[in-house]
Amino acid sequence: MLNVGKIEEGYVLDHIKAGRAMILYHNLGLDKKDWSVAIITNARSEAMGKKDILKVECKIEDLDLDVLAFIDHDITINVIKDGEIIEKKQPELPQEIRGVIRCANPRCISNAEPQLPHIFYLSDKNRGIYRCRYCDEKYTETDNGAIR
Amino acid sequence: MKRDLLTPLDFSKEELNSLFDLACDIEANPAKYAHACEGKKMATCFYEPSTRTRLSHEAAMLNLGGKTMGFASAASSSASKGETVADTARVISCFADIMVIRHPKEGAAAVAAHYATIPVINAGDGGHQHPTQTLTDMMTIRSLRGSLDNFTIGFCGDLKFGRTVHSLVTSLARYENVKFVFISPPELRVPDYITEMLNEKHIKYTEVVRMEDVIGSLDILYMTRVQKERFFNEDDYVRLKDFYILNKDKMALAKKDMYVLHPLPRVNEIATEIDDDPRAAYFRQVQYGVYVREALILTLLNIHVPEGGQTC
Repeated sequence: MLNVGKIEEGYVLDHIKAGRAMILYHNLGLDKKDWSVAIITNARSEAMGKKDILKVECKIEDLDLDVLAFIDHDITINVIKDGEIIEKKQPELPQEIRGVIRCANPRCISNAEPQLPHIFYLSDKNRGIYRCRYCDEKYTETDNGAIR
Repeated sequence: MKRDLLTPLDFSKEELNSLFDLACDIEANPAKYAHACEGKKMATCFYEPSTRTRLSHEAAMLNLGGKTMGFASAASSSASKGETVADTARVISCFADIMVIRHPKEGAAAVAAHYATIPVINAGDGGHQHPTQTLTDMMTIRSLRGSLDNFTIGFCGDLKFGRTVHSLVTSLARYENVKFVFISPPELRVPDYITEMLNEKHIKYTEVVRMEDVIGSLDILYMTRVQKERFFNEDDYVRLKDFYILNKDKMALAKKDMYVLHPLPRVNEIATEIDDDPRAAYFRQVQYGVYVREALILTLLNIHVPEGGQTC
């Protein structure tokens, strides 16, 4: 098993589906920060076979994790403070996702007027379905609509 | 706080009932409301062509004693210079008391409402919503049948891009024991967000291709036009535009008290030979549309007309 040093404050995002760490990295906006980030891919996992892990050293309040559940709701979020895990939680689907994904509907006003923010609302909590705030188009992963 | 009408669901059932009651009173006592909007101005901002929707709103405002202004195409507005909907909405707010917008892009009315400081009426945003047509349709059904509960309604034609269909289904789903029958070619089926909504509410619906198979079970038949402007591919439009034509032979299979509605304009999906059939209600529907838009303008402007006829 690969060893990566422990962090003093921040997050360890565990049980990420193998191959998805970089999607999270971009959607959390980590590529735009100067924080220390460890990206571990294809780590061995008894439960999952293979998994990805992200370690992010930052102030707890500085990272917005709302988008996590939208990308992968099976992730485990370990909150680290003073080098210890102070909380372990599963991500909850946010009511609204703003500026993360793009509406795929070519008839949507958000694709005609680029200054408009792309906003999606949670239309079905049980199935994790999000729809565009403007045109109600359902977001699907194949839309490949990441903005960040 | 200002109110807008972006989707038919912006009004509760109780509010809709009050609106329809008001529209009925306007129909019965037009003189009482003739000066209700004196001194008020309505801007009609139409980014795509429309005859009846724009004129219906303007007629409604004129009947109430108000004034109207606006533009009838994107080419004659600042949109041709690249102005955004948000900026246009801010500017119109300085000129008018209420704004009516039709725009080819879905969600444009929601953007206008967000940035405008005056009430905004969505008069159609692409293939998405057309709530004032829905109010018209509901008012027509209520007037013809006496109730919006306990009936079977068939929607026929372009159910994929037909925004009037989406809005009306969503609205009628709130009433008791309304059954839906969707009649369309496979390419123009009703979108999944509509069927998802019906499934969640455990509301019965069926989807069929042949009108003849179901017309005898309907209390209302809502016909739609296959709209050329909704297609990216002209070949698809040509292939599907004549899929359904309602004629005397098909009407012979229908109930004696089944009413035919259509948001108009009609092209050839309803043969003119049935225009004189007492069940053809699509021209009466247009008149109901003016009354209900009058009621809507009064409601959004928060104008109350007492029995004597003066505003308060």
